[in-house]
Amino acid sequence: MYPSRFSYDAPTSVEEAIAILDRNGGEAKVLAGGQSLIPMLKLRFASPERVVDINGIPGLEYHRIDPDGTLRIGALCRHEDLEFSTILGNSFPTLAQAASLVADPIVRTRGTFVGSLCHADPQGDWSATMIALGGRIVAQGPNGRREIEARDFVLGPFVNALAFNEIAVEAVVSPAKGKALGGYLKLERRVGDFATASVAVALDMDGETVSRAGCALAGVGGRTIDANDAISVLVGKSLNAESIKAAAVAVAAAAEPRTDHRGSSSYKRHIVETFVTRILSSIANSEKKAA
Amino acid sequence: MTSLYDEVQTPPAAGVEVRRITVNVNGTDRTVDVEPRLLLAHLLRQALQLTGTHIGCDTTSCGACTVLMDGRPVKSCTVLAVQANGHEVETVEGLATASELHPIQEGFKEEHGLQCGFCTPGMMLASKALLERNPNPTEDEVRWALSGNACRCTGYQNIVKSVLWAAQKMRDQDQEA
Amino acid sequence: MAPLDELKIGGLGASRRRVEDNRFVRGKGRYVDDVVLPGMLHMEILRSPVAHARIKSIDTSAAWEVPGVRLVLTGETMAARNLAWMPTLSYDTQAVLATDKVRFQGQEVAAVVADNPYIAKDALDKIVVEYEQLPAIVNPIQAQSPDAPLIRDDKENQLTNRIFDWEIGDKEAVDRAFAEADVVSKMDLHYPRSHPSPLETCGSIADYDRSTGKLTVYMTSQAPHIVRAAVAMVAELPEHMIRIISPDLGGGFGNKVPIYPGYVISILASILTECPVKWVEDNSSNLISTGFARDVYLEGELALRKDGKILGMRMHTISDHGAFFADAQPTKFKIGLMHSTFACYDIPAGHLTSEGYYTNKAPGGVAYRCSFRVTEAMFFQERMMHAAANDLGMDQAEFRRVNLVGDDMFPYRTAFGFLTDSGQYGKCLDVGMEAIGYSTFKQEQEEARKRGKLLGIGISTMTEPLGAGNSREYDIIGIKMFDSAELRIHMTGKAILRTGAKTQGQGHETTWAQIVAHELGIPADDIVVEEGDTDTAPFGMGTYASRSTPVAGAAVAMAARKIRAKARKIAAHLLEVSEEDIEWELGRFYIRGNQERGVTIQDCALAAYSNVPDGLEPGLENTSYYDPPNLTWPFAAYFCKVEVDAETGVWDVLKFVAVDDCGVRINPMIVEGQVMGGLTEAYAAANMQYITFDEEGNCIGSNYIDYLLPTSWETPGFELHEVVTPCPHHPIGAKGVGECATVAGPAAFVNAVMSAIEHTGVRNVDMPLMPNRVYEALQTGKNVSGMPPVLGD
Repeated sequence: MYPSRFSYDAPTSVEEAIAILDRNGGEAKVLAGGQSLIPMLKLRFASPERVVDINGIPGLEYHRIDPDGTLRIGALCRHEDLEFSTILGNSFPTLAQAASLVADPIVRTRGTFVGSLCHADPQGDWSATMIALGGRIVAQGPNGRREIEARDFVLGPFVNALAFNEIAVEAVVSPAKGKALGGYLKLERRVGDFATASVAVALDMDGETVSRAGCALAGVGGRTIDANDAISVLVGKSLNAESIKAAAVAVAAAAEPRTDHRGSSSYKRHIVETFVTRILSSIANSEKKAA
Repeated sequence: MTSLYDEVQTPPAAGVEVRRITVNVNGTDRTVDVEPRLLLAHLLRQALQLTGTHIGCDTTSCGACTVLMDGRPVKSCTVLAVQANGHEVETVEGLATASELHPIQEGFKEEHGLQCGFCTPGMMLASKALLERNPNPTEDEVRWALSGNACRCTGYQNIVKSVLWAAQKMRDQDQEA
Repeated sequence: MAPLDELKIGGLGASRRRVEDNRFVRGKGRYVDDVVLPGMLHMEILRSPVAHARIKSIDTSAAWEVPGVRLVLTGETMAARNLAWMPTLSYDTQAVLATDKVRFQGQEVAAVVADNPYIAKDALDKIVVEYEQLPAIVNPIQAQSPDAPLIRDDKENQLTNRIFDWEIGDKEAVDRAFAEADVVSKMDLHYPRSHPSPLETCGSIADYDRSTGKLTVYMTSQAPHIVRAAVAMVAELPEHMIRIISPDLGGGFGNKVPIYPGYVISILASILTECPVKWVEDNSSNLISTGFARDVYLEGELALRKDGKILGMRMHTISDHGAFFADAQPTKFKIGLMHSTFACYDIPAGHLTSEGYYTNKAPGGVAYRCSFRVTEAMFFQERMMHAAANDLGMDQAEFRRVNLVGDDMFPYRTAFGFLTDSGQYGKCLDVGMEAIGYSTFKQEQEEARKRGKLLGIGISTMTEPLGAGNSREYDIIGIKMFDSAELRIHMTGKAILRTGAKTQGQGHETTWAQIVAHELGIPADDIVVEEGDTDTAPFGMGTYASRSTPVAGAAVAMAARKIRAKARKIAAHLLEVSEEDIEWELGRFYIRGNQERGVTIQDCALAAYSNVPDGLEPGLENTSYYDPPNLTWPFAAYFCKVEVDAETGVWDVLKFVAVDDCGVRINPMIVEGQVMGGLTEAYAAANMQYITFDEEGNCIGSNYIDYLLPTSWETPGFELHEVVTPCPHHPIGAKGVGECATVAGPAAFVNAVMSAIEHTGVRNVDMPLMPNRVYEALQTGKNVSGMPPVLGD
């Protein structure tokens, strides 16, 4: 309930924040939304020597779609900005559907999209979504910026690929070339529960044919499961009962669930298969209706 | 408050950082020296003696500590006091004027939206934030917006009625104005 | 002149808006953690990370060095003052701070007192304890084994982990019934552990004043007078120098009845530091160490005739009490009022046997709106009824109707000796069946199944014993279970009422005044109600087990009646007639035959201080200590309709109808609030609340990440109905209702889900019916048990 002592900085520019991280050799933690870090401080699961609060850095709250269709999400864009966004629905449906399922409505006013990715919780919704979308994280350090593929960003549970003196400043998702379709389903026993299992699916459709398929899973492994390869069985096919079944089975096989009080591993694997089926069937049905 | 005296307290051990912060609480600037680790909830309850904000858990789960920060609902147990520096915080003590209850407070009383009263301040502030964005919510929208605030006593049904009662009253007041 | 309108003055039946809301909605409630005393220090407790271990050493030296630390306490410090152990409310002993061993994960091992809780926690982290781990017992079946380690090796003559055996009923008669039965229906299940988890945790501020010798303790207690008595025994301070103040409580649900080590440690800390010491536990500590609820195993059987009549009932319960037997319950009944099971049914013979065991878990069992194990009794009952109806091939409602005690059978003596006195059980069943659309359900269910949807309906009917209880049979640690009210009318006709109850959200400040308004015609707004300060409140046994309306409420009525009797004498004097010529209507005495000539109760109040007749003492006040002649018996009939998603096991409540007969309703709005709150806790127990243990005794579910409370999003809406059958012996005919919904509710939800999946032949899925368990039942067709240790149900 009571964090241990730490020193505190509130830089007003990204460069200043990076300099502080650089000086402190890994003993400093970045504080953005704080909805993952502060609970850990309170339980003393984390006791950093220094906390670097980036909330005072202007110009990071944005999310926008560039003229070329690229979605850019700034480091201080809050979950609820995405939940209430008016620009995501058509171009990034997977993100739009996941947004209202992250934590609870109060946490969503503070927690940030990018911060959540950095936290790398195996049950995190956004990590799964980004991997399914093939997104990238822009890291900035003393030597400038680099982009890290989402699938390479999570190294393990609560471990990300940032160097100790880097800050994630932006998340980037490229637009679909054709029609963007997708979905996000999460089995949570109540609002705010961690996922028993959740599935993110992102499709890029060329007419009735799937030109790209992405998928990732949360809650069914020691870290977010990259199921992009598994769901690629859909590429070049149309969505029908057979192709959907094949995709669902392949994705379920990619899961690495563990038995715990939320369910047995076979149950969780089954949920993955069910959810993939439901997301793809729902897409197929609404496409039929639209046609 | 204008002070006549101020006992000098034992400072924390040498080398421990203390920051001077100014937070606008319910319309008044409050300036306090705090350790960075102090939670906003404790700043409000202990430093400023505003005990209407309650602490119900230690895992950021229950929402009893909800206050409005720059108009948005936040769990004050999961915000550092130093993060509120330069910001506006509204607590339950700021809802009523000197003479009148806020319609939300009236609604909770009218529709029996509270029993033990512990979750109520956070619940009302989360409701206020909802009604500012959505003055005419459906029952589902109310339930969704309050799903970050736990209540053990009421079963939520009367809380929903309280919020809808308040929404109606606030719409009527806006009409008259 | 027109008589007073009772509803307008806030009498019985008025949905009077609550007095306590005035401060709560302003954030001006005064809960224990809101209280600040000058010079107050803060205490934090170090808890054992392991479930069962010898303590080899405790090194507190580094903790003492932390700036701002005033005191560090261990079991050794307590033992030097004879305070390392304390008596429990069940005649056992409980460790205050561990000395030889720790016996559950979360047990109190040391305490730090410091200038603020942050520093106290810093110091806590510096205490080094060496544990030598022992194997842990996590369920009573393990506890029974002859190879099981002895948990209570501190107790002389405790050779096993068994605490008690208990038995009631007629074994021979039941054996005969089973021999004659056409069908025998068996049901074995586990009512799992849960935790009442009020949003406000437990805490105390102990303030010992050396100059006066007085100890004042602000405490989260549902029964402050019991605490005063216990502290007088444990701390060896004289009772008149102990003041327990229970201010506003953020929920209780039975969690705030026991006396916790933290309270006792804070008292000693105050004595030693000569400062007030505040201890407020965090939520995780509350979940892992304070009075849990339930955790009882059932082996139940019904002997049935083929027309549906129950001939006999046999029940064996095995209960898990944790490491110390600390329940607050009537002394005579080791498993509480479990034998109230089946009280609403006309059963000729019953036999109940019960065993209780120690395990390596926190102490408890009786809590969470349970009316002393009645939640278990009625859950077992309705689960057995559900299975029996299916075994007979009979309709669920019809089977109940055949067996329910008829209106003309009261007063009715149950097979276990209870006397139920009133009810309209059949009518409640009818009202509920109509409201849920029972007659068309079977068809609805079949059609839905054809479309691959699983619908189910569950019924739960019960009468439960409230208002414990008469002094012949009921006491807690020897203190009889009466309750009290002290009422004083001031000269301007306003009043102050104090009772021995202690509200935690039930609205006593509003409802007790309504009783006085009913009895005396004084507007409820003119009456202030106080509870919880042992220096001013008359002695009472506190509020839990839904006993306050039946007992304290009765005392309020009786005190008011005594005042009315005295006022009548004053009225006669004022009207210059003899007392026999005086008539009463609400708020007023008048001369018989001449209704115009009268005096109001306010006139009498003024006269009590200015114009009393010769021989009568001035003043207008009285006290009543009420020993209830019998328990009260509200009835509930609940109907729940659910839809189960066969692919995931997730189930949704489509409709829930609750019919409650709690006798006369003092405040209908408050009664409905109690029912909805109770139904939500019933839903929580049936759907998601889960606190369990792995093989090593590690507690899973000791924080709100794992112990799930339903939010406004999952919680269903409830349709409420009322039937009113007044209690024949209660002064205002009320029966109490605070716990009915938690008692009858869970079975309605569970029976509904079982009905939805009945095509699989599954007999039982233990609560909570989490999606993975329901799915497993659907897939395997086998029962799903929740007995710990469980991993990946």
